[in-house]
Amino acid sequence: MSKTMPETPLLDQLESGPWPSFVTGLKRLANDEGKPYADYVKSLLGQLEHSYETRKGYWKGGTVGVFGYGAGVIPRFSEIADKFPESSEFHTLRIMPAPGFFYDTKTLRAMTDAWAEHGSGLIALHGQSGDIMLQGCRTDQVQPVWDKINEMGFDMGGAGAGVRTSAACIGPARCEQSCYDTLGAMKSIINDFTDDIHRPSLPYKLKFKFSGCANDCANATQRSDVAVIGTWRDDMQVNQDEVKAKVAQIGRKEFINQVIRMCPTQALALNDDDTLDVDNKSCVRCMHCINVATKALKPGKDRGITILVGGKRTLKIGDLMGTVVVPFMKLETEEDFEQLVDLAHRMLDFFADNALEHERTGEMIERIGLINYLEGLDLPIDPNMVVQPRTNCYVRTDGWDDEVRKWNERNSAAAE
Amino acid sequence: MSALRQPVESGVMDAKTFMHPTLKKNYGHWAWHDRPRPGVLRHVAESGDTVWTVKAGTQRQMDVYTIKTLCDIADEFCDGYIRFTIRSAVEFMTTDEAKVDPLIARLEAAGFPVGGTGNSVGFISHTQGWLHCDIPGTDASGVVKALMDQLVDDFKNEDMPNRVKITTSCCQINCGGQGDIAVNIQHTKPPVINHDLVAGVCERPSVIARCPVAAIRPALVNGKPSLEVDEKKCVCCGACFPPCPPMQINDPVNSKIAIWVGGKHSSTRSRPMFHKLVAAGLPNNAPRWPEVAEVVKNILHTYRDNARSWERMGEWIERIGWPRFFELTKLPFTKYHLDTWRGGRSNLNASAHLHF
Repeated sequence: MSKTMPETPLLDQLESGPWPSFVTGLKRLANDEGKPYADYVKSLLGQLEHSYETRKGYWKGGTVGVFGYGAGVIPRFSEIADKFPESSEFHTLRIMPAPGFFYDTKTLRAMTDAWAEHGSGLIALHGQSGDIMLQGCRTDQVQPVWDKINEMGFDMGGAGAGVRTSAACIGPARCEQSCYDTLGAMKSIINDFTDDIHRPSLPYKLKFKFSGCANDCANATQRSDVAVIGTWRDDMQVNQDEVKAKVAQIGRKEFINQVIRMCPTQALALNDDDTLDVDNKSCVRCMHCINVATKALKPGKDRGITILVGGKRTLKIGDLMGTVVVPFMKLETEEDFEQLVDLAHRMLDFFADNALEHERTGEMIERIGLINYLEGLDLPIDPNMVVQPRTNCYVRTDGWDDEVRKWNERNSAAAE
Repeated sequence: MSALRQPVESGVMDAKTFMHPTLKKNYGHWAWHDRPRPGVLRHVAESGDTVWTVKAGTQRQMDVYTIKTLCDIADEFCDGYIRFTIRSAVEFMTTDEAKVDPLIARLEAAGFPVGGTGNSVGFISHTQGWLHCDIPGTDASGVVKALMDQLVDDFKNEDMPNRVKITTSCCQINCGGQGDIAVNIQHTKPPVINHDLVAGVCERPSVIARCPVAAIRPALVNGKPSLEVDEKKCVCCGACFPPCPPMQINDPVNSKIAIWVGGKHSSTRSRPMFHKLVAAGLPNNAPRWPEVAEVVKNILHTYRDNARSWERMGEWIERIGWPRFFELTKLPFTKYHLDTWRGGRSNLNASAHLHF
């Protein structure tokens, strides 16, 4: 006997309107009589409607997992299972997609078929960390569906106090502005940290994100502990004929308004012949002019990455942006990628050894000071790490001469 | 009982496994791109190969039939390849320009709005809400659906000064992230504690450690070990609720919605910015949140009508100044807008620069 469809007058109001409705999708599953998920989703709709009536959530955590891993399943048990017994267990499996969220339809269909057989039929593409979220699974179905998904070649994502699933912008797959292989870098790092993803044992979470340029399409600067952002060291590439064409297209005044005046460091000027004058020493690689004049301007050719560390949201000490710890590093050869992975391991080890419980990397650095982090990782200090030098005189400086010697040695070594 | 299967600890697959052959062929060798019309990107490779991308909105929480519909469209127009963006839009790529218009028509007919490119309002990044989260103050999916229904034209057109990224979060953990406009739950009352359950459920020292203002202390209540909250100190952030569910922070009436503006992740032009509080105390009015939509539209359209080309929300406000922002939007400025958190003094005006 199938369960009857619950009355959902509040949720029904989310079915109208031009934007696709998740409620309509849930109802389609609930009405799919004969399918294993139909009654399950009917019950879920009943509980969700109850949440809309009472304006409260009714899920609690617990312990559910798959054999061999200590994370990746988000357990959800209903606190009102007496009212909605069929959906009393509604766990999520976090699955890592390929970098860049690429799929072929054969794979996506196979995944939905497995999920329709074992789970609720509801999938979020994607969660905020970048996971495929298979939402709604009974405890006894978690292992069977995981086995199928894993055999398709997908691995489980992170949860809890470990390395989390990562995200990258589309990078060199379809963007001329990307200054490094974001997709390859994400794969190199994530696939070297699977143990820390699947068996969390850190003070708290650790997130890596990868953006190909300062536009930061992966939202790395604020949303990851370790943000890898593409940049370049040489002069940006200018096609003066295309500059002239752009000036002709939008007019001199608009070109000056939209490109020249918007440069944050006043590094641009428009010449009398409508070509562009670039002061590359003042340019901060912000991408604005390149975004506006896509055909005319491009990043330079000597490309690499900047690494910012410590981004996170409010809890506990307040919001933190990532700040620069590596101003520039090449990322082209196999050795370059190995160096990046090695640095990531040192970052993780330092975090594991020095952070307090439930403290993120940025909070740890706030507590111990950036210099201790840099020295712990053996990263050279650089003026690109500050907006301005210290303004407070409360500091002991009796090691000054030694530090000056180090700076001079480094500079003379670099000059050789 | 059969032996349990060991997982294959494979990590992520190579992105090229699922990449359209033209993207694979021109990987790292793209020359330029433009946007022939809203919702469509054209990328041209050094080889001369051209890829048209049609971008469409989804509901993110998708049933398998919706995903299969997207797959049907990808099979019909895009050789069976499909991609999603960070903000849960879907992208269809083809090398055949003649397919672009029919593809757009097919997507619109199937109920997926085409847009989200360039200077438009992108899809709202959000979290699970009442559908699945264990600590939600609201249902982000519902808030987002209600908002996008009203902002769909701003998604389909490129009428904004720059891109607008809106986020929604069901608690102050703010899974939705920084946004040009952020719609976040803001609790207004301290947690209500079920003292019968605390000792059995909560690891009390870690709950005490979790509080950002040290407002929680151990206490003996009705002869049982429990926790108490100094309600004068409590900032109602809800940080104690995840590690200790008997400290219920969600409240049908007193968990309100606040609107924040001017957040930005990118380093484009200005440095990345955090979003700033502009409105609070809005009711958590499911299922359509009309009061929230009204404030969001007011801010969005004030920005659209007043900002210069390429200014993001936060950059526009930095130029015109906060007095003008509150004047233009007619939003009230209150004592709650003064930052009292540590480091908050840097948000005060330490200058004689004034706007009149």
